[in-house]
Amino acid sequence: MSPQSNRDQFRRPDHANETFIMTTVVGSYPKPKWLHRVRELWEDEENSFDDEDWKEATDDAARVITEEHERAGLDVLVDGEVRRNEMVEFFAHRIDGYEFNGPVKVWGHNYFDKPSVTRQVEYGENWLVEEYEFAAALTDRPVKVPITGPYTLANWSFNEAYDTEEELTYDLADLVNEEIEKLVDAGARYIQIDEPALATTPDDHAIVGEALERIAEEIHEDVYLGLHVCYGDYSRIYPEILDYPVDEYDLELANGDYEQLDVFTEHEFTGNLALGVTDVHVAEVESVAEIKENIKKGLEVVPADRLTVSPDCGLKLLPRDVAYGKMENMVQAAREVEAEIDRGEIEIARTPASAD
Amino acid sequence: MTELVATTPGLYPLPDWAKDTLSDLKGHQKHDLIGGDEDEETTAAYTEVREELVEDQTGAGLDRVVEGQARWDDMLAHPLAVHENVETRGIVRYYDNNNFYRDPVVTGDLTESGDVARELEAVADLRSPDDPNAEESEDAAPLQAVLPGPYSLTDLASDEHYGDEGEFLDAITEFLAGEVALFPDHETLFLLEPSLVEEPPGDGVDEHASEAIDRVASATDAEVVVHTYWGALEEKVHAHLLDADVDAIGYDFVNEVDDNLYNITEYGTKDSIALGLLDGQNTLVESPETVAERIEWIDERVPSQEFETTYLTTNTELFYLPENKYKEKLETLGAVVAPREVTA
Repeated sequence: MSPQSNRDQFRRPDHANETFIMTTVVGSYPKPKWLHRVRELWEDEENSFDDEDWKEATDDAARVITEEHERAGLDVLVDGEVRRNEMVEFFAHRIDGYEFNGPVKVWGHNYFDKPSVTRQVEYGENWLVEEYEFAAALTDRPVKVPITGPYTLANWSFNEAYDTEEELTYDLADLVNEEIEKLVDAGARYIQIDEPALATTPDDHAIVGEALERIAEEIHEDVYLGLHVCYGDYSRIYPEILDYPVDEYDLELANGDYEQLDVFTEHEFTGNLALGVTDVHVAEVESVAEIKENIKKGLEVVPADRLTVSPDCGLKLLPRDVAYGKMENMVQAAREVEAEIDRGEIEIARTPASAD
Repeated sequence: MTELVATTPGLYPLPDWAKDTLSDLKGHQKHDLIGGDEDEETTAAYTEVREELVEDQTGAGLDRVVEGQARWDDMLAHPLAVHENVETRGIVRYYDNNNFYRDPVVTGDLTESGDVARELEAVADLRSPDDPNAEESEDAAPLQAVLPGPYSLTDLASDEHYGDEGEFLDAITEFLAGEVALFPDHETLFLLEPSLVEEPPGDGVDEHASEAIDRVASATDAEVVVHTYWGALEEKVHAHLLDADVDAIGYDFVNEVDDNLYNITEYGTKDSIALGLLDGQNTLVESPETVAERIEWIDERVPSQEFETTYLTTNTELFYLPENKYKEKLETLGAVVAPREVTA
């Protein structure tokens, strides 16, 4: 199957333009303020607020955010990861073998509850199937499922139990594979493996590749697999990552003002590119014109029919109105660029015929 | 017999209460981070944090007290991040960690700011609050200053002013030497130089880097330890570093044992040594017995040299750890030196 063919399933029948630049978000989204209050109540042992109440609240939040993504006009939605606190912590709570000691710094005043692996990891309770099924039932648009990759689950934990991080990664890859099979059975067709840790230890790209092979094993070809890698020196992992068994590479370049763009033009980019076109670390909404220029940067790497646009990373740290503004302007910018391509005002290369 | 000194390379995690408090006071985005002009409420929170971090070390029985660098939002880049002639721009990865700092872009002349000196003075004030001029108690562990080494700070920064790599390193060197000259009395200065391992200097630059370290070290009468981590120095870099007039070089024996031992036995080292023996980036807490065995093990493999002082430390900064494990690591450090002091 050519890189873009199983991408077309996400194009809406009423899409206005001939050209299709897919719009989506990486995953997380600012939670409604009331959900934070609800979490406090739920975590307060002296309060009668129970798991059922928490479920009802997160269901409501998922409804709100999914609707917000739809209103912004995104082609592919996410529920904003409203049930998840953090990308490692959420999964580590569901995997047997992890323990928690407290929050650690990521940058500035942003922390995560970095867990410790204290014994062999095993599949515990379900991870994401209910979350996906709930969100998918809310909309007729496709819902993407971001799932933290095994290398990041290993690398962003304290390893107290395994001889090597590689062994831990492969054990976790088998668990991720098990979860993805369940998601696919539930109807999920767009799954994004988040591997931000790859950028921190680029020498381990072969380990990530082996882990992805285990994940992709026997996954139906209709399933569109994405890989999100953010904040790093991409020249240390590119073009090697093009050998990974994924359809799309989601990369963050807006925050660095596209200084690394030439990394991806030096060697032919053979996958689909999901490009960050708004900076999630700036609490101002970029103008449509500015985002259009960023989208055009992506067209220097791949043609429009292999380009997805999204914010650089998760939006969860931004004020909610800013997050919404970024999505709304991004969608408008994408639609305008599509129209300009249709009118021949932007010259781009079309995808050459697949050799497959 | 070597004097065993339990210490740390600083950069501690914030206490959990302060994570929330300072997050609420300052915000989450890059323009909310420390700029050197924080308001009274934020300053008060940091004063309380500083007091707690000093107590942690005193309670654990460490031989040196560091300020803890809780204000260093940008980790080792901090001294530049608060400078008036430096703009902080996009967030960039802090070495190969899941940590980030604001890219400090130097846009004008670098002159000493006194920011780190004020932090160290605040520690002295904490320890003799009633009379700022009073001598500290004789029982108080001596103060240890912590700074990025000139090569690492240059490596972490961007230059839009000096234009030449060599000139930029010289400017950073003069800047750090100027900062050190403003420091209150301190027993030891730890210069953290992870970039010497992570981004080793090439021919010519290696010599220049050692000269730069020498110049910063000459700004203080204190014992100077150049601490390296995340592996071992390349042989030539190590050989050049030995030319710097410092008292000790620090070696990371968590991440790399063989190559560090090779460097020490092949080229020798300074009269004193710092051993990074506790893992600053893992929650598995080493027992004092295990650490003592490791010291002995290294000692047996360096038979040609008896060290004046052996600084026992974590290999890296400690801010990577959750609060409870950070404290347990300090306890281990203190426990390793405690029995030796009793029997000495």
